[in-house]
Amino acid sequence: MDNIAGRKSSLTWAVHISVAALVLLWIFPTLGLLVSSFRTTDQIRTSGWWAAMFPAVQNETLRTANPDDTRVDLGEGRYMVDGNLFVVDGQVDSAEEVAAEISVWGTSSRQIDAYTAGDTADLGDGETLTVQSNGDYVWEGNDEQISGRGQRVFVTAESPPEFTLDNYRNVLFDPGNREGMTKAFLNTLTVTIPATIIPILIAAFAAYALAWMEFPGRALLVAAVVALLVVPLQLALIPLLSLHNAIGIGKGYLGVWLAHTGFGLPLAIYLLRNYMVGLPREVIENARVDGATEFQIFTKIILPLSFPALASFAIFQFLWTWNDLLVAMVFLIDASGETTVMTRQIVELMGTRGGDWEILATSAFVSIAVPLVVFFTMQRYLVRGLLAGSVK
Amino acid sequence: MNPALQGLITIIVGVGGCVAYFYFSNQFLDKVLFPARGPHAGRNINRANAIRPWLFLFPAVFALGLYLAYPVFETLRLSLTDRSAGGAFVGLDNYAQMFGEDKFWEAVVNNLMWLLIVPAAATAFGLLAAQLTDRIKWGNIAKSLIFMPMAISFVGAAVIFKLIYDARPEDVAQIGVLNAVYLQLGGESPITWLTVPFWNNFFLMIVLIWIQTGFAMVILSAALRGIPEETVEAAIVDGANPFQIFFKIKIPQIAGTIVVVWTTITIVVLKVFDIVFAMTNGQWETQVLANYMYDKLFRANDWGVGSASAMIIMLMVTPILVWNVYNARKEMR
Repeated sequence: MDNIAGRKSSLTWAVHISVAALVLLWIFPTLGLLVSSFRTTDQIRTSGWWAAMFPAVQNETLRTANPDDTRVDLGEGRYMVDGNLFVVDGQVDSAEEVAAEISVWGTSSRQIDAYTAGDTADLGDGETLTVQSNGDYVWEGNDEQISGRGQRVFVTAESPPEFTLDNYRNVLFDPGNREGMTKAFLNTLTVTIPATIIPILIAAFAAYALAWMEFPGRALLVAAVVALLVVPLQLALIPLLSLHNAIGIGKGYLGVWLAHTGFGLPLAIYLLRNYMVGLPREVIENARVDGATEFQIFTKIILPLSFPALASFAIFQFLWTWNDLLVAMVFLIDASGETTVMTRQIVELMGTRGGDWEILATSAFVSIAVPLVVFFTMQRYLVRGLLAGSVK
Repeated sequence: MNPALQGLITIIVGVGGCVAYFYFSNQFLDKVLFPARGPHAGRNINRANAIRPWLFLFPAVFALGLYLAYPVFETLRLSLTDRSAGGAFVGLDNYAQMFGEDKFWEAVVNNLMWLLIVPAAATAFGLLAAQLTDRIKWGNIAKSLIFMPMAISFVGAAVIFKLIYDARPEDVAQIGVLNAVYLQLGGESPITWLTVPFWNNFFLMIVLIWIQTGFAMVILSAALRGIPEETVEAAIVDGANPFQIFFKIKIPQIAGTIVVVWTTITIVVLKVFDIVFAMTNGQWETQVLANYMYDKLFRANDWGVGSASAMIIMLMVTPILVWNVYNARKEMR
């Protein structure tokens, strides 16, 4: 649009860079959580998640094997010990060190980078030590030198980036884990699906009546729906909880389904009515002339034509009920905690396991994953719904 | 009973019940009550058509009335009564008690700060993102990524940002980005950002701005594309530079949409609860009205003051409510 009249905007590069910066800024937080959920407890504790992309450089103090047990007599009073620095008591220290690569090393704490990997260090009086990048060493010297404790070696090792699925295994598939997300995941699903489907149906009929039927008070009802769109649901908590208790529903799934239905209806009716009003009048009038009943017109013509609007609302309601915390806490979760949903469980984990980011990050990502999939696959409908839904 | 099974049965009963209700009530109206035959066929058809809208509307009107309209009045009533005195009418005592609490005023002041900053920042960032992404090829991918936080729950966002604000003791590596950057820039020692009074409010607001910017961007981007091209062309011919085009030609034409975006985010801000509840729970002077209300209702079990604070939220929403209804009615005519 700015390129007309043969002018090319001189700001193109600035635009590309600004957008890239903005996008990075916006995905950086989520990326941090995603990366953290694939790191081990040790990694999370010792370095920021942004370091996970790069090889980790660590300084370690290692020791050769005990020469009194393992030295080999080379004859002429010379002895030798060989082995691998990462092997302690015949065991590899940890899995990540198998892949570690030594870059520099030294035998004194004052100069830990005295030699590079593969060098042979002259320790004086004919004593030598050679360390390879994979940790293999050869230590040679006379009887007195190759005795006592093993030689200390300071190494600077680089381990390649490493990711693990253990956190997800632990959070999702470990039946012994009382803090696991499996139950909460199923509970959330149980809340979400009926709470998405039922309001759509009720709202569709009402929207049709408000859009295409003539009756006194119609304008008033539309205005009421617009008004109820912004009524804070906080007002409904106590009155409705008392009501649910009085009629015997109490706290439970039925209550939370009804509550979500009630709270979702204004947006549903508003979106669907706006969409249905725009449908071509001729189609509906022709059907009426041909003797179709209102019920037939609705099910055979209006519903199929309104699919985009129905999909828009379904996504909204799904995201809203899936991500909801307040309604679930008030109408669903009782003292037993059996019916806890994911959002509630995460808040609890933040309290009890505040510093254990591998658990928190993984649990949070389990709850975020489903909405993200829905978001990226159905974005078209979401945008359309947003454009229709904001009161113009 | 297994909740999943219960859910399935509810879907079947709920959906089946709705369909059955609509179908059979219509059948009853047409075939039994006012049959379109016999001596009064014409009159019967008219009567049936007068009643039918209400059959279609009944479930929705009933649910709306019960779940949204009735609570407004019931909450008003509760805010004027004292639960511990058996629901006796106490006039404005609850309000008086609430106005005497420091925590309440803290919540009001914080809420006003949220109201000033979050809609402004989210709209500004949204406008910037909309304007910039409309001009480049990979704009749609960029939009999609900036829009993504919309799908993330407030609780999920709270976890995400708690990791960013995380603080470790001075002698170990920082795993929170903010502290890592702060120390890199020469900060003395790591700061627990969420416990710094006053400024911690802004760290909470950033979470909501991060979520709402995508919404603002999507709506404003559609509005920007709707601007007639001739106006921009005329400005270019007259020698306007890109900044003049943006601020003097485009912004005035989408002013209406900006107001809509602003008010929509304002409503979200007024109801903000999850973020504060999950991140600080109103400690360190970060209380907001919705969380104050939750504290009163479910921790202190004081329905009177809790309802009174809910009415304050309602009061703050009312101007927007009236404005929306006014506009909707204008549009219908």
